[in-house]
Amino acid sequence: MDLISILIVVAKVAFVLIVVLHFGALMTWAERKQAALIQDRIGPNRINILGVKALGLIQIMADGLKMIMKEDFIPAGAHRLYHTLAPAIAMFPALVALAVVPFGPSFDVAGRHIELQVANLDVGILFVLAVSSLGVYGIALAGWASNNKYSLLGTVRATAQMISYEIPMGLAIIGIVMTYGTLEMNKIVELQGEYFRLGGLPILPKWGIFYQPLGFVLLFTALIAETKRTPFDLPEGESELVAGFNVEYSGMKWGMFFLGEFASIVVVSALVATLYFGGWQIPYVNLMALPALPRVLLGVATFFGKVIVLCWLQLLVRWTLPRFRYDQLMHLGWKRLMPLAIANLPLTAAWIWMLGGMKS
Amino acid sequence: MPYTDRVDYVAAMNCNVGYAMTVEKLLGLEVPERAEFLRVVVGELNRISSHLVAVGAMPMDLGAATPFMHALRERETINDLFEMLCGARLTYNYVRIGGVSFDLPPGFTEKTAAFLDHFESMMRSEFDPLISQNLIYRRRLAGVAPISAATAIAYGLSGPNLRASGLDWDLRQDEPYSIYPKLEFDVVVGTGEVGVLGDCFDRYAVRVGEMLQSVRIVRQCLERMPDGPVMAKVPRTIKPPTGEAFVRTEAPRGELGYFLVADGSDRAYRCKIRTGSFASMSILEALSPGWMIADLVAIIAAFDVVAPEIDR
Amino acid sequence: MNPYVPVLISFAAAVLLIGVFLFFCHAFGPKAPSPIKSDPFECGNPPSGPAHDRFAVRFYIVAMLFLLFDIEVVFLYPWAILFRELGGLGIMEMGFFLTLLVGGLAYVWWRGALEWE
Repeated sequence: MDLISILIVVAKVAFVLIVVLHFGALMTWAERKQAALIQDRIGPNRINILGVKALGLIQIMADGLKMIMKEDFIPAGAHRLYHTLAPAIAMFPALVALAVVPFGPSFDVAGRHIELQVANLDVGILFVLAVSSLGVYGIALAGWASNNKYSLLGTVRATAQMISYEIPMGLAIIGIVMTYGTLEMNKIVELQGEYFRLGGLPILPKWGIFYQPLGFVLLFTALIAETKRTPFDLPEGESELVAGFNVEYSGMKWGMFFLGEFASIVVVSALVATLYFGGWQIPYVNLMALPALPRVLLGVATFFGKVIVLCWLQLLVRWTLPRFRYDQLMHLGWKRLMPLAIANLPLTAAWIWMLGGMKS
Repeated sequence: MPYTDRVDYVAAMNCNVGYAMTVEKLLGLEVPERAEFLRVVVGELNRISSHLVAVGAMPMDLGAATPFMHALRERETINDLFEMLCGARLTYNYVRIGGVSFDLPPGFTEKTAAFLDHFESMMRSEFDPLISQNLIYRRRLAGVAPISAATAIAYGLSGPNLRASGLDWDLRQDEPYSIYPKLEFDVVVGTGEVGVLGDCFDRYAVRVGEMLQSVRIVRQCLERMPDGPVMAKVPRTIKPPTGEAFVRTEAPRGELGYFLVADGSDRAYRCKIRTGSFASMSILEALSPGWMIADLVAIIAAFDVVAPEIDR
Repeated sequence: MNPYVPVLISFAAAVLLIGVFLFFCHAFGPKAPSPIKSDPFECGNPPSGPAHDRFAVRFYIVAMLFLLFDIEVVFLYPWAILFRELGGLGIMEMGFFLTLLVGGLAYVWWRGALEWE
């Protein structure tokens, strides 16, 4: 372990953080513009710097500045430490969950083998699951520490919702683990570079979505529920709970919940892209055969292209559907997703057995 | 007269018409036929714009923001039409005692016809698939807080809220006034298509159906519009003879009744207004226990109440 | 290099970043507390009763069920990785385990623990 390899790691960490934060911030803009597009409006277009409007992108900076300049306010009955800790914990998972997601193909430079992934853990998927469930604590603390009824109600709702959907989420991912036989994100992406062949011809890439269409639907639904956005935004449902767990938050602390939420959209998209859409792989193109520079550029671009498409898909869902009622939410989670997720396992087993992937 | 705009600012035309009819009844005044047609045209257009707010705000209360924007876009066109007609966009003060204040401006008929065509196809191809047939939306409303026909009558519900309970009662047909007997349209009643008869979805569906019926009515009016004056001969100061009159009309939020007592001066001795929202709100206390908070939002939204109608 | 070192670095960076955010909102915002502002927000009405009130017991049931099922799900992971090597015997054993899992789900379903009135 030498200085250079540590520097490389630090550079990768910085890259991932910058990407998550910028994507998160861009998502606020994308959400507004997409909403405006769906609703026949224009969206943010007024803020400018010296007349440069940049499609309303400057709105992001204005929002950030505004949140920083707002009063950092802790209500009288609130627990001061927990009240401050809550947004920190809520934002933390979104920032670190991407550490195990490979965002590009590996390459050799100056005798070093560099993988475009912060940490190549052999328990990668478990790491994502573990870290992302930490977010519940942030929400739970936020509601408890705020000393407000709406907050508490929102928190209880949010907690119950997040833990309920965590089970179908975990079950759906097991299908992928069975298919590829590993928890390493890197290996999973590598294996998705192969093809289903018919008479020697590559027909379809061995992407997770083709192995696990049901698992994909389950996981995507559960993950959207985990991000607490419409149609699963009951914890915040403004017509019922005003704003749920973040009623008593202001300024950048509120912004951290917000940024955490948008960053988690990016995390969700990255996770789904990696598990189901081949990560940085381009179908029918063998990236590993290319020289290092174009390989990395193409791979990274492909990965983020997939992430953007999946983010956009979530925005469309957000602006099209109304909110569930609580009993319907629980009904969907426990009585629909869960049996389906369990049924997915024997189905996967049978499918793999049929393809002859079993040792007897 | 302008004060009646404020009775229900979302459907001010209909409130104007009711008051004008009451005073005309006291005066025994005959309104020119063209004015009657114009009143029906603006009344029905206003009904559409009022129901648009109702069916748009309802999904928004349930968490879907998009349909509201689409509904308001259509309402905007209607406001533009009214602006062409009388210069105001919310409190119109267009209907006058004895007729209406202005005749149609040039181009109004064509623009209205174009709007109706656009609106009809918008409802069928955009609005219905977007929200009316949305599974979550239907399940959120199906079977929520049903009102039986008997309860609805007991609480004095009227208009769409009453018809949602399956009762075929529409003043425009059952106690016809103005030129409604000459027009062809159907009364939309609740069918309980996704849940129980008289539930929140029925109240929503009735409004959607009524908008399309209003389109039919306006079309017929524009086709058959006779020529002639739009204002009867009315003295500058109106002094109705001593007496009292009650007129009720079918406003978007239910029956709108004006009870007017005149003492021979130029001011009303007493004016009592009976509105739909007031009756709708009165049932809330009996209706809401046992439902979730999230349902309460849906129940209130489905009644389509507007505050000044409740508290005048 | 131990693969967990980058993870730790990543954690440290995230904590640092969050610290910067918290410092920002502490340092730059105005401070103008007032008794009314400090009241719990209840849509403008004077707050009534304690905020930490009782809430429905169903949430507790959900938490219990989550614990039970989530642990069972975790048991499935090692099997899922070795699924191909374990072969037919593994499938049978996991089939038995899954049957128990489904049985548990069916039981709580039947007892109405999943109903939400």
